[in-house]
Amino acid sequence: MSTTAELLKGAAELFPDEVVTSAHVRHLDLPFNAGRFALITLDNGFDHTKPTTFGPASLANLNTAIDQVEKEAAAGEIVGVGITGKPFIFAVGADLKGVELLKEHKDALAIGKGGHEVFKRLGGLAVPTFAYYNGAAMGGGVEVGLHCSYRTVSAALPAFSLPEVFLGLVPGWGGCTLLPNLIGADKAVSVIIENSLNQNKQLKGVQVYELGIADALFEGADFLEQSLLWTAAVLKGEIVVERPVIDRGEAWDQAVAKGRFIADSKVHGAAPAAYRALDIIAAAKNGDLQQGYDAEDKALADLIMGGELRAGIYAFNLVQKRGKRPAGAPDKNLARPVTKVGVVGAGLMASQLALLFLRRLEVPVVLTDIDQERVDKGVGYVHAEIDKLLGKGRINQDKANRLKALVTGVLDKAEGFADADFIIEAVFEEIGVKQQVFAEVEAVAPAHAILATNTSSLSVTEMASKLKNPERVVGFHFFNPVAILPLLEIVRGERTDDASLATAFAVAKKLKKTAVLVKDAPAFVVNRILTRFMGEIQNVIDEGTPVEVAEKAVEPLGLPMSPLVLLELVGPAIGLHVSETLNRAFPDRFTVSPNLAAVVKAGKRGFYVYDSGKPELDPEVAALLKQGDVVLSEEQVRARVLDAVAQEIGLMLDEGVVAEAQDIDLCLITGAGWPFHLGGITPYLDREGVSERVTGKKFLAPGVASVPA
Amino acid sequence: MPRTVRDVVFVDGVRTPFGKAGPKGIYHETRADDLVVKAIRELLRRNPGLDPKKIDEVAIAATTQIGDQGLTLGRTAGILAGLPQSVPGYSIDRMCAGALTAVTTTAGSIAFGAYDAVIAGGVEHMGRHPMGEGVDPNPRFVSEKLVDESALFMGMTAENLHDRYPHITKLRADEYAVRSQEKAAKAYANGKIQADLVPISVRRTNPEAGETGWGLVTADEPMRPGTTLENLSGLKTPFRVHGRVTAGNAAGLNDGATASIIASEDFARENDLPVKMRLVSYAFAGVEPEVMGYGPIPATEKALAKAGLSIEDINLFEINEAFAVQVLAFLDHYGIADDDERVNQYGGAIAFGHPLASSGVRLMTQLARQFEEQPHVRYGLTTMCVGFGMGATVIWENPHFDGGSK
Repeated sequence: MSTTAELLKGAAELFPDEVVTSAHVRHLDLPFNAGRFALITLDNGFDHTKPTTFGPASLANLNTAIDQVEKEAAAGEIVGVGITGKPFIFAVGADLKGVELLKEHKDALAIGKGGHEVFKRLGGLAVPTFAYYNGAAMGGGVEVGLHCSYRTVSAALPAFSLPEVFLGLVPGWGGCTLLPNLIGADKAVSVIIENSLNQNKQLKGVQVYELGIADALFEGADFLEQSLLWTAAVLKGEIVVERPVIDRGEAWDQAVAKGRFIADSKVHGAAPAAYRALDIIAAAKNGDLQQGYDAEDKALADLIMGGELRAGIYAFNLVQKRGKRPAGAPDKNLARPVTKVGVVGAGLMASQLALLFLRRLEVPVVLTDIDQERVDKGVGYVHAEIDKLLGKGRINQDKANRLKALVTGVLDKAEGFADADFIIEAVFEEIGVKQQVFAEVEAVAPAHAILATNTSSLSVTEMASKLKNPERVVGFHFFNPVAILPLLEIVRGERTDDASLATAFAVAKKLKKTAVLVKDAPAFVVNRILTRFMGEIQNVIDEGTPVEVAEKAVEPLGLPMSPLVLLELVGPAIGLHVSETLNRAFPDRFTVSPNLAAVVKAGKRGFYVYDSGKPELDPEVAALLKQGDVVLSEEQVRARVLDAVAQEIGLMLDEGVVAEAQDIDLCLITGAGWPFHLGGITPYLDREGVSERVTGKKFLAPGVASVPA
Repeated sequence: MPRTVRDVVFVDGVRTPFGKAGPKGIYHETRADDLVVKAIRELLRRNPGLDPKKIDEVAIAATTQIGDQGLTLGRTAGILAGLPQSVPGYSIDRMCAGALTAVTTTAGSIAFGAYDAVIAGGVEHMGRHPMGEGVDPNPRFVSEKLVDESALFMGMTAENLHDRYPHITKLRADEYAVRSQEKAAKAYANGKIQADLVPISVRRTNPEAGETGWGLVTADEPMRPGTTLENLSGLKTPFRVHGRVTAGNAAGLNDGATASIIASEDFARENDLPVKMRLVSYAFAGVEPEVMGYGPIPATEKALAKAGLSIEDINLFEINEAFAVQVLAFLDHYGIADDDERVNQYGGAIAFGHPLASSGVRLMTQLARQFEEQPHVRYGLTTMCVGFGMGATVIWENPHFDGGSK
């Protein structure tokens, strides 16, 4: 095994900062005189807040532990080997920081091979091996268990997944090969492809058992004891584990086809990981494990050296880290407590905001509007939503009672807002109206109250300009659907003070939103980029490119929906309004499409009809379109659109709309659902050479979201 | 409303293996509440006939009721064990007789009709909670000479008991201790102990204490099979210069937990639960705190009197071996030989260990097994001495009694 040890030693030198996991070997006597047993505990020496991972030195430790138990097994000194984790954590897979550092294909190949060489030894010992999934298990953590003869899982296990495809990898330490051979291709595709592409959905312990990944399920309170008792019974032959026979016929191919359909619908062929994983799953049908491992090694190495994975890890870190510590946010100790919230307006948006504040802050929320009917409707909406949550069992009756009692509606702002600490307006998107509302609110609200606006495109500074205390006005721009999209653009007006801003960030955190600090610039970040993007699509259509060509042109990006479907979701009228706003600000770059104006004027809610089940251009819309005669190819359209986006991002960074390109990407991922494999967008623009072509330089330094130089 | 006193039975009992307290002990990194929770869960697994919803009380004893032994352990252990939220619980403290008192107190309530079935047990993690942790004795104890200063130190009270009974020599105590170890080893060899042990997974992160990682405890750690008089003769007498009490003829400092099901006999029969022992009587008595080891004698006198029995009627004894001298004082009082085969047949706390508030149920579990094997015996007793000068005795009847045809 010296070659494995050398391989890992070489890899470890590339990753000096690895948090190294130990593989402790401890011996115990199994119950019922079942014999001497060696139990390996994976433990990085930290508590559960720093989960156990596998880097090269960690794998080397496991390899050494296996050296020991292999000898003992061969000598007949032990009857079995188990592997488990520290409290609450089994192991959460490869250390991504180590993957980011890899620069060469051969090093990437070594990581894949190293893991295989170590893990597969567990399947080749002279005695049976048992994995006890005691806590969170992901990626390589799941895979190390798949190499064992048997598995048990804790009913208390909160998270179990093969998230590689989500990040841009394949489960490459045996996952793609072993899982379908254990539970069949259909279930394996669900775990490896579907869950991964479904926002990295996690399985719970019970599901791990029901899927057949684990042979036995035990409650958390005495999971390890019961697992070892079960082990003793298995070793004594008192329990015989029977697993369903895998369908290696047509069902296997159908499962792979289903996987391709899922991948197509999520990434539209734009990211390679899911397809590489599916190829390996398809090949695993013949049960040749080594052939599968070799394919995994190759796929891992290719993907590690490819841009999508680097963008995926970059995106993951943006959401997990930068999203939780917003760049440029003031000292959080400056934040003032928010014990009551006011909402101006009781329309749909205002009611949704009221519901969100209510659920997350659990403080009194007061809605106001211009007549009692609207107020009642707003409060009624919130009550109905609370009842829905109750009906789904998401909250209990006590909580429903509490929340309902907290929401009220009044006509008189003085009555509603006199003791409110945070007042947000969601009234008509018109500067004069908003200024008027804030003036009224300022007259009755306490001096310390934050005045927040959910404007999507108006100037926060201008909105505050006529107030006595403009320093307490902040932009608080949510994205629809408010309950689902995580992004919250927090806008600092010219006179906004640190305490108000800090309070806004503190509220955002309680709302569980991803807050990004943006300058008070037209349409802020997401709407500006989306509008430029859509505007360019609209331009080429107006100039003469057929709608379907323009739509297809951006499919390879793997965006969550096509531009015109997005326009339908936003509403053509709102899209038009934002484009008009931006056209006023930047007439040289933002156009107002006459065709879009015509569609809006005709009262159409979108470009498509769905009578056939698929989107087809609405003939009435088609009749409205007045196109020129310049017909571009898909490639030409794509280049135009990406150039426009790159130019706009470059200008936004020059203007200081956000601190760094990273914030642009974070906004696009969390506010527009742009995919991880694009890293938002700037890693993709850098990778494809668009940024250099348009701005003369890359947005990100080498290695940030790409293979390091 | 007319009341009928109901018969109360010991349905079943289990315990964790006992560990040695301290940084190298098997349970050093294991919480006390987890120990008792795992004992409760095993008890329920062994008795599927007991619907957890029908448990009326969870009474758990601990001497030091702080940290992982605090927070109204009976209630929290019930929740942690997965019992329905409708099952209440409370904590009990009578130091060494904690679990025994958990049994008698709930038994009284069962007899009265307040409960049908309960969980009663105890836990003491003397490694995490050394004796005397956080105590604050009232200064009047000393200033008014309410108790002798030695009363708080159990080893000193044992030396005091040697003073009271000079014929109980160190040699006799050591001989008794050697026999306890021999009997315990034999009981293990014959599989009398293991069947009532709950395996406990234990984590170790300190390499100085042995192999690190997760392990499984399936046997008592304190046992010293093969102990000889020579081994014991040289041990230090830590409580008094030239004293008689040593680590060899006393129970150690230990970690462990026990749990039992106590029920009305009718309930047990209706639910097809085993009936291992029938409660006859129980009593507690106080003595001078500085000779607390004398406590079992007056407690037993009271319990016998209440039962209308005499010591001749008792044919199996489970006496907690906090100190050999205290067992010998009891045996001398009743004229029972040091090596009488009716006494502590499986050995005692000198071998197994004595995690204070948990030990009472260990005595019962062992007596129950002896009853089953010896149907010619009708009555047995469990007794123990208790800190601050007390004794506790429970007299049990053997439900397997065959009329005495030996």
